[in-house]
Amino acid sequence: MDGPMIEARNLEKRFTVRRHREGAFGAMRSLVDRGGNEVSAVKDVSFSINRGEMVGYIGPNGAGKSTTIKMLTGILVPSSGEATVAGFTPRESRKQLAQQIGVVFGQRTQLWWDLALADSLELLRHMYRVPEKRFRENLNRARELLVLDDFMHTPVRQLSLGQRMRGDLAAALLHDPKILYLDEPTIGLDIVAKARIREFLAALNRETHVTVLLTTHDLADIEQLCRRIIVIDRGQVVYDGELGALRNRFGGKRHVILDFDQDPGDAISTLAGNNLEIVDHNGPRVRVAFDRETTSTPRVLALASHHGTVRDVSIEEPAIEDVIRQMYEGPDSQHP
Amino acid sequence: MRIYFELALRAFRQLFAYQAAMLAGIFTNSVFGVMLSAVYLALFDSHSDGTSVEGFSARETVTYVWIGQALIAPVMIWGWWEIIKTIRTGAIVTDMLKPLSFFGFWLSRDLGRAVGHLLLRGVPTLIIGALFYDLVYPGTPGRWIAFLVSIPFAVIVSFCFRFMMNLWGFWVLDHRGIAGIATVIVGVASGHLLPIAWYPDALRDVFNMLPFRAIVMLPVEIWLGQAGIVEGLGLQVFWILVMTAAAHWLQSVAERKVVVQGG
Repeated sequence: MDGPMIEARNLEKRFTVRRHREGAFGAMRSLVDRGGNEVSAVKDVSFSINRGEMVGYIGPNGAGKSTTIKMLTGILVPSSGEATVAGFTPRESRKQLAQQIGVVFGQRTQLWWDLALADSLELLRHMYRVPEKRFRENLNRARELLVLDDFMHTPVRQLSLGQRMRGDLAAALLHDPKILYLDEPTIGLDIVAKARIREFLAALNRETHVTVLLTTHDLADIEQLCRRIIVIDRGQVVYDGELGALRNRFGGKRHVILDFDQDPGDAISTLAGNNLEIVDHNGPRVRVAFDRETTSTPRVLALASHHGTVRDVSIEEPAIEDVIRQMYEGPDSQHP
Repeated sequence: MRIYFELALRAFRQLFAYQAAMLAGIFTNSVFGVMLSAVYLALFDSHSDGTSVEGFSARETVTYVWIGQALIAPVMIWGWWEIIKTIRTGAIVTDMLKPLSFFGFWLSRDLGRAVGHLLLRGVPTLIIGALFYDLVYPGTPGRWIAFLVSIPFAVIVSFCFRFMMNLWGFWVLDHRGIAGIATVIVGVASGHLLPIAWYPDALRDVFNMLPFRAIVMLPVEIWLGQAGIVEGLGLQVFWILVMTAAAHWLQSVAERKVVVQGG
């Protein structure tokens, strides 16, 4: 297929938030009365994702992540803008598009609570009209990589969260989707289960070149799986690019820990103001934070050497969490 | 089409997991069957001429009572709000992500459920009625078959109405208001509460023009021979066509309006 696998062009979704009335007549009145406030869950989102990319789609709660994905799957019709996914316009071809995508929600399941996992998968085989041979192959691969055999015949409601997630992943992949939407696939899982799922996804992407759009609050998911991230805040894309470049651009502060051979005393406070700040001063150990754009580590060392002999230096890169948090809480942010 | 059969089959099998609920249901329906039969028989007894009321003899009335009780579960007289629950929780998202007709997805499961309810609740209830009361039976094999056919037809009409009531969930969050109204409408206008023939003329004429009649009254009339087989089943088919079209129309409107709850 030519062109990008997923393309969003100026997607916007407005919702009317209605006043809610109680009781029989309240319900009837709500049907008639069109009053309410309009809010934009997604204001203006554009991006383009190529086949085989694994992209992290992140943003704070309520930023519009899920709303975007719902528009990309055809469940929600955009108020304006257009999307093209796997060659389809989602709003017009929900059913055909469904055949091309697999979806995993960490917080809900597409399996049937009362059915055994094996039976749920069998039902999905009919739903997606997966040929018997292909179904066997995909099922065997999933059983092996996700280690499903211990609970294939257990009703889904009795599965642990980690087992259920593995079952849901297997379910989402039975029909060889071109695109996989993962919505918080590791939420609530323990470290071992998270690692297993990440390994599986990385291997899957390598082997099948499935295009993956991943939303998560666990940035370790992103760091281990995605080279590219799209950050959305209040309905708008605020960053689209490489994860590494994000650090440079939004930087966050780099911390340098200076160990002097003796306590430099209060005089050290004169360091501050040279585009750096003293975060902590405890005896001979001083922690300095600075913006990597305006100051460099050698310059900090040079400045520090006026206050005594620096015995040891260690540098801490900003954690990606801090970088992202700083983006959300940026100067023009209205978050409380 | 295979998937719709598989869905129906699983909905059917699922009912067998709830045996206590089945027994409780049969018990409740039978108790009401006995009470209503006792009331009607007492009323008919007090009518010294002992003939019929608006086309219903005492025996036919008791038969109507037991068929009505037997149909409660299959046609879900008391309402059904499974779709609204999925709208409210947001679980509807996973259903809408399937390459299926949303209407067909739920209809096939409802038909599977209805067959299960017919076998596990309807038939036992009717057998209890037949054991304790002198019922009227369809006179010919043709009428037996027509009655059996009229039940899935009744379920489909009932399903379309329930489906549409559930779709209001896209506009309102709390279904209790709608549920109250819908249950009263179906209970009264289907002929479940009283035979439609017994209502005042004006009301009867209105109910006869509404689809709800196809849910209870027409199967009863087909059983009792009050309706011709072709006319009775034909009217049900007419209402199936109208209600299915209406359900699809409302679904397309709802899909444009859709507000999916939750993240």
